[in-house]
Amino acid sequence: MTMQIADSVSLSASDSKARAQAAAARNNLRTEPRPVRIAIITLAVLFLTVFVVLPLVVVFAQAFSRGILAYFAALAEPEAMAAIKLTLIVAAISVGLNLVFGLVAGWAIAKFEFPGKTVLITLIDLPFSVSPVISGLVFVLLFGAQGYFGSWLREHDIQILFAVPGIALATTFVTFPFVARALIPLMQEQGTQEEEAAISLGASGLQTFFRVTLPNIKWGVLYGVLLCNARAMGEFGAVSVVSGHIRGETNTMPLLVEILYNEYQFVAAFAIASLLAMLALITLIAKTVLERHLDEGHEPRDH
Amino acid sequence: MTIEVKNLVKKFGSFAALDGVDLKVNDGELLALLGPSGSGKTTLLRIIAGLDWPDSGEVTFNGEDALAQGARERHVGFVFQHYALFRHMTVFENVAFGLRVQPRAVRKDEATIRARVKELLDLVQLDWLSDRYPSQLSGGQRQRIALARALAIEPRILLLDEPFGALDAKVRKELRKWLRSLHNEIHVTSIFVTHDQEEALEVANRVVVMDKGRIEQIGSPDDVYDNPATAFVHGFIGESIVLPIQIGNGAVRLGDRQLDLAAEGIAPGASKLFVRRHDMLVGPPGSGAFEGAVQHVRNFGPVQRAEVALSGGETIEIDAPRDKELRAGDTIGLKPRRYRIFAG
Repeated sequence: MTMQIADSVSLSASDSKARAQAAAARNNLRTEPRPVRIAIITLAVLFLTVFVVLPLVVVFAQAFSRGILAYFAALAEPEAMAAIKLTLIVAAISVGLNLVFGLVAGWAIAKFEFPGKTVLITLIDLPFSVSPVISGLVFVLLFGAQGYFGSWLREHDIQILFAVPGIALATTFVTFPFVARALIPLMQEQGTQEEEAAISLGASGLQTFFRVTLPNIKWGVLYGVLLCNARAMGEFGAVSVVSGHIRGETNTMPLLVEILYNEYQFVAAFAIASLLAMLALITLIAKTVLERHLDEGHEPRDH
Repeated sequence: MTIEVKNLVKKFGSFAALDGVDLKVNDGELLALLGPSGSGKTTLLRIIAGLDWPDSGEVTFNGEDALAQGARERHVGFVFQHYALFRHMTVFENVAFGLRVQPRAVRKDEATIRARVKELLDLVQLDWLSDRYPSQLSGGQRQRIALARALAIEPRILLLDEPFGALDAKVRKELRKWLRSLHNEIHVTSIFVTHDQEEALEVANRVVVMDKGRIEQIGSPDDVYDNPATAFVHGFIGESIVLPIQIGNGAVRLGDRQLDLAAEGIAPGASKLFVRRHDMLVGPPGSGAFEGAVQHVRNFGPVQRAEVALSGGETIEIDAPRDKELRAGDTIGLKPRRYRIFAG
């Protein structure tokens, strides 16, 4: 501060003006002229409004267009209730299966070396790279009337396609990578030293897993489950192929939205869509919270 | 507890991490495994702990086969270089872990566990940190907690893998002294791995020098410094001047210059002469085995380090006391006070 005061005393007015210009020029290096900035920001806000905010608003506006009573009446329809119930059951099954699978895969890949590891990691990503419709068709090929196991299933009177098992299978396949993907990098980063420490302190395998491994990855597990659940409830393509669209029986929420919309029942369609939109919003909030916890979990190493 | 290791071999692919290691550790001893990275010292420690398994060989504790037991049954305290504290547990719970996971039949009650943890935290002088999490501690504090955690199970053996490797120089020196005095207090048979010779020489009762999966020398700190058994040990411990020499007809030659050095009992042929930097005595030209011109001189505390171009063409660095000042351009004679000749 004292330096600055001394400077300003000794400097003439033109000097200080030149200095201010130099400072402005320095600032300009890192930013655009004001009109350009305004134009770019406006463009970004407009884009976000049209593509993200507006659709969300429209969903809720349409859902409530005939008032709040019509909204709840639409949701209370037996067909809607059946779809909500089916969606919850399918999500519970596929999230449960993928949680177990993801934990096992993460554990195996991050903590051990074995041949074929890279192949396994690539295979886990397969459902992400295949179109969901094809994922659904695979199950039709396997379990359909003309499929590989079709005649055997018919003989034993087991219904997989056009029933809950088929929908759950297709959803599980499509949401297969989420938990494993969330856990593998986290567990790889954490390494195996804490487990080794636990075992040398006398802990059994199960004690090590439940007292050391699992607490270390709990936020990662929740993160994976959250994304897995969001995708499981919203899945359309694969489920559409295997569901058979039996009203009140094999329609999940996304399928019912489409059917109702095609039948011009806009309030009912958007009422159910609004539930899915709310799920998305809750997922986003939970995701932000979890990401904060995940960042805290990364222990800064000092050397 | 005595530990005996016999003919231990461990390969990772084609790389032999341990290539036939024999070692006996006495009861209550503090032993240092010293060597460059890749010398197999950490692998040896992990095999003794049960965290790795050898391809062949024997490990016995007090004559019992240790390889028949898993890491869990061996009752070995292991301290990791990067601490490996349980990051989701408080300091207190970290130290208590080994007591809490004991089988129900032998597990102590909560009050006993609390008293024992308190006692251990007092021992490492960190009882005031018991409610903190590992991420809130400094490196030195974490390592002391890791040690307390390892001691909680009353280990028969304490193994430390580069315990101070991740700490800065000042903390490292403090902890070294502290480990030494802690060992005097609790007397548990301990092995620690280090690549820092100063650490090994200062802390250990005995030092095991390893290179390329083999033990080069076992001895007291004085022993490995004053009487290195192999060329590797001489070069690795303490600063050495190494000169390629030829031995023939009882004479020692450096290039075409005959050196006034004794070489009895050493096979003729190409050999290496090892001299400590401070064992080269400076005299007037013609007074010693070597002659050379001083290139430049720098002062390091009590000594002056001079770079000297020998008349044979080699350039060496010597440490001379500062009472007789050397100047660049001086021609001097050099006489090795002590030296070793190793074949090869």
